Amino acid sequence: MMTAPITLAGVDLWPTIEGALWWPAEATLMVADLHLEKGSSLARRGTLLPPYDSAATLALLSRLINRLAPRRVVCLGDSFHDAEAVDRLSADDAGLLHALARGRQWEWIAGNHDGAAGFAGLDGEVATEASLGPLVFRHRATVAARTGEVSGHFHPKARVAVAGRRIACRCFVGDGQRLILPAFGAYAGGLDVFDPAISTLLSPGFNVWLLGRVRIHRLSSRRLHRPRCVTVMR
Amino acid sequence: MTAKGRLFGLLTGGYGKEVPPPPGPWVEGVDGRDGARRSWVIDDEQVTRAVGALRIAIMDVPLPEPFASWFAARGWRVHPHQLAMLAAARAGEHALLIAPTGGGKTLSGFLPSLIALASGPTGGLHTLYISPLKALTVDVHRNLEQPIAEMGLGIRAETRTGDTPPGKRRRQRHLPPQLLMTTPESLALLLSYADAAALFGGLACVVVDELHALAGTKRGDLLALGLARLSALAPGCRRVGLSATVAWPEALRAWLSPRAEASDVRVIECRDERAPDVSILQTSQRLPWSGHMAVHALAEVYRAIERAGTSIVFVNTRAQAELVFQHLWYLNDANLAIALHHGSLAREQRRRVEAAMAEGRLRAVVATSSLDLGIDWASVDLVVQIGAPKGASRLIQRIGRAGHRLDLTSRALLVPANRFEVLECRAALDAVRARTLDGDPPGDGGLEVLAQHLLGMACAAPFASDEMYDEVRRAAPYARLSRTDFDDVLRFVENGGYALSAYDRWRRLERLRDGRLRVASRRFAQRYRMNVGTIVEAVTMQVKLKRGRVLGEVEEYFIQGLTPGDTFVFAGEILCFEGIHETKAIVTRAVGGAPKVPAYAGGRLPLSTHLAGRVRAMLAEPEHWRELPEAVQEWLRLQSDRSLLPGPDDLLIECFPRGGKQFLVAYCFEGRNAHQTLGMLLSRRMERAGHGPLGFVATDYVLALWSLRSVDDMPGLFAEDMLGDDLEEWMAESSVLKRTFRNVAIIAGLIERRQPGAEKSGRQMTVNSDLIYDVLRLHEPGHVLLRATRADAARGFVDLGRLAKMLARVQGKLVVRKLAKVSPLAVPVLLEIGREQVGGLAYDELLDEAARELIADATGQSLATSTTG
Repeated sequence: MMTAPITLAGVDLWPTIEGALWWPAEATLMVADLHLEKGSSLARRGTLLPPYDSAATLALLSRLINRLAPRRVVCLGDSFHDAEAVDRLSADDAGLLHALARGRQWEWIAGNHDGAAGFAGLDGEVATEASLGPLVFRHRATVAARTGEVSGHFHPKARVAVAGRRIACRCFVGDGQRLILPAFGAYAGGLDVFDPAISTLLSPGFNVWLLGRVRIHRLSSRRLHRPRCVTVMR
Repeated sequence: MTAKGRLFGLLTGGYGKEVPPPPGPWVEGVDGRDGARRSWVIDDEQVTRAVGALRIAIMDVPLPEPFASWFAARGWRVHPHQLAMLAAARAGEHALLIAPTGGGKTLSGFLPSLIALASGPTGGLHTLYISPLKALTVDVHRNLEQPIAEMGLGIRAETRTGDTPPGKRRRQRHLPPQLLMTTPESLALLLSYADAAALFGGLACVVVDELHALAGTKRGDLLALGLARLSALAPGCRRVGLSATVAWPEALRAWLSPRAEASDVRVIECRDERAPDVSILQTSQRLPWSGHMAVHALAEVYRAIERAGTSIVFVNTRAQAELVFQHLWYLNDANLAIALHHGSLAREQRRRVEAAMAEGRLRAVVATSSLDLGIDWASVDLVVQIGAPKGASRLIQRIGRAGHRLDLTSRALLVPANRFEVLECRAALDAVRARTLDGDPPGDGGLEVLAQHLLGMACAAPFASDEMYDEVRRAAPYARLSRTDFDDVLRFVENGGYALSAYDRWRRLERLRDGRLRVASRRFAQRYRMNVGTIVEAVTMQVKLKRGRVLGEVEEYFIQGLTPGDTFVFAGEILCFEGIHETKAIVTRAVGGAPKVPAYAGGRLPLSTHLAGRVRAMLAEPEHWRELPEAVQEWLRLQSDRSLLPGPDDLLIECFPRGGKQFLVAYCFEGRNAHQTLGMLLSRRMERAGHGPLGFVATDYVLALWSLRSVDDMPGLFAEDMLGDDLEEWMAESSVLKRTFRNVAIIAGLIERRQPGAEKSGRQMTVNSDLIYDVLRLHEPGHVLLRATRADAARGFVDLGRLAKMLARVQGKLVVRKLAKVSPLAVPVLLEIGREQVGGLAYDELLDEAARELIADATGQSLATSTTG
């Protein structure tokens, strides 16, 4: 079990086993990369994946919200898989989303997948960036960010080798300056934290918080398994 | 008596009547009584019987010219089974030839077509030849071109595989050759084009080679469906099957029939009555307790290679191939030409080895099952099998590679790697001598394969579902297909088949006004054609020398386990991993020393039920031990003194404490896969009962579990009801099921390997299949793809069928032995602990373990017990 929070810019943040981030002092819940309607997005091109991904993602979010009763929910971008995804939400899923937003502040940070008009008809504020206290929320981490950046976008995932087995799981990844959340969506895949896209954003001794089945495990990057040791060879 | 004399005796012994030649089938030979040439008319039945009764045959058959002269010019004679196949062709019957390796089996499939085409040429495609290997189509084509050219038959024969250039492929559809040699996948592709009816409408014959290797596999399922379509397009098309000897010829007959009726097909069985010369290596070295590499015996293997002309050294895994090859190379004082051949090596390298072998330039080749099928090398005179053969049929096939001609005796040497393998080798040898075979008959076809086929059919032409249902049930693997399953599969193809009909807007099939179905857009047809086939390969990466050539391919997961500087054995060399560049693993040649990363796993077959039964029987009967090496006899005697020997149909379970843990060793003999599943299920039960299971390890013979507390209620633990809820729960979470689901989803076309415009690696597939599995299982557990997944897993990795049979068999027959310490028979499996990956540990415990190591690292404590195996 997690015994220590993640401290970022002097703020204590608690990762949840579902892959969300909880800031008790502000009663704020953060989730990244819901990718709602990814299934139907692919179905438009003939890949007929089970059409239950939005329902699965929202059910998980709903459980979290019922448990923690946040005052504020921040969705860190790529909440919808494409610009028309909101229109494709089933009546049930749209209704659930509406019910979840009722009585609380809801912030949609726009991501690269969410279209410009992507949030039409939804409750909540839409922004490209937001800040609260010492934290700044954006979809994609920036190289020159000041301390306290919380973002998503990369769907971080890490591998550990133990007892001859390799385990890959979604994870939070942070270096004290910034924290990147795992993807929350049911169909959102992952990118290894050693991929240059992620690792070049972080200082070398970064940490990950791996999402096990029932517990979260904090590990140093040095303890992780490096899957693709990309060495430039000429 | 010469073979000729024997045939003569047989024919005059009642079958033959002396008459003037033609018309009708006849044989001609020299009468042994007076040396005169005579002809006999024999009916087809008699030919069939004559073939069955003969070991080898030398007959002079007046084939039509120019065939007769051509045979004569080469000093060849027609084999009786070739004649019998000709007779079946004349009678217009479907024919299944079951014959051991060698002996002109392939020619006997083609001969009737060549004769027909030579006498009355037809314009379009006359005969389709299908083989499981691309290499075999090329080989067969080459072997056919020669007689066609030499006899001046003017018959056009061509191959068509994934390697055929696009221009030639297009031309073949409009202007087909008379004989086309292809693979099941290429046939499926051809059948998906709108012109399939025109192309195949006049087809006279389809020949399926190596049928035993296709029936019962997903490729075989796809082929059976393709054949059903061919018969619909060309109702007069005759089917010919060529097969090695199998344990279930009747099932193969039904498979070949266009109505799934065994009686439709004439069987021509050619038994190999040569007794193969098989022996087990009597090593002068100490016989190891465990391990699979047989390193102890390799010096003796080397000496056997030295004495023989040309040898094939068969091993069971690619890791073994690498290691054995390396050791032989160390021992190679005489500088013999020894080569390595396995499926991961670069294709050019494999072709080079095959060519060198064919030209007789090699003294030995170390090979995996990559050499099990096909290409003929008559010159091999010794087959060495390193490690246990795992199945009698497989051993016979491998032995058949030596003296790959009917008139030569095969010589084979079995080299057991450990004590249990001695028993298994002995059992296999007995099985070869008794000519008993193993293997299960082909089962029901996969629903995912049906899904792929239905999409292909919808690409070719609109179809009515009722007619299509009837058509697919004419394929034997689908003869028992229920209408519900068919409809569910069709609905899956149409719109995903989900209870929540969300995708009606994005259907892949459209319904015409008359109710028939066809593919909704050309785009879907194009994507179907890019993804046709049922072979879902593990994602592999090329291994490339830095500034050098590509050595071959290994599974991506193996490369992911390496860090730069790690050394490993591949392509017969010790290589040092440098890093990944683009999509290639870059390596350099390592200088000396032992490889750090021992090996990578490669297809390991479980012990066959048939051999397992023989091993059990041998253990139970001490009078049969005499033929075993002294060390093994001693081991078994010790076992019967200290504990008990497993009986032929009971289940011996030993319990003993060791190192503070309680061990439970069950002698099931059901093969690694079934044991692995049993281990998972028993661990769950022991967890629930508070025994505190810590891990287990499964071999082909034995399952060993260890726990904190001992088990008292053994019958309760082994009760059959573990196949109920425990199994369901485990299957739900197991990574085995996820892996199976991925394969099923790819074959069914839910996930595509390739999309137009981009060659994607498996890892970059649209959506991770594990995530889809989780969502689908939660929201629609009865979906047709999940049903297909469970059926597939039950047959494959999980081996439920065998486990269920064993549990039923041993109820009330558990023999529990409580011991003070480990028994002699249990030593090998305990030695596997740590060497084998240990299953059964929970996910979070493993992650905690990683965290503890971190703490130890941080506090500078040394790790007394390494957890990596």
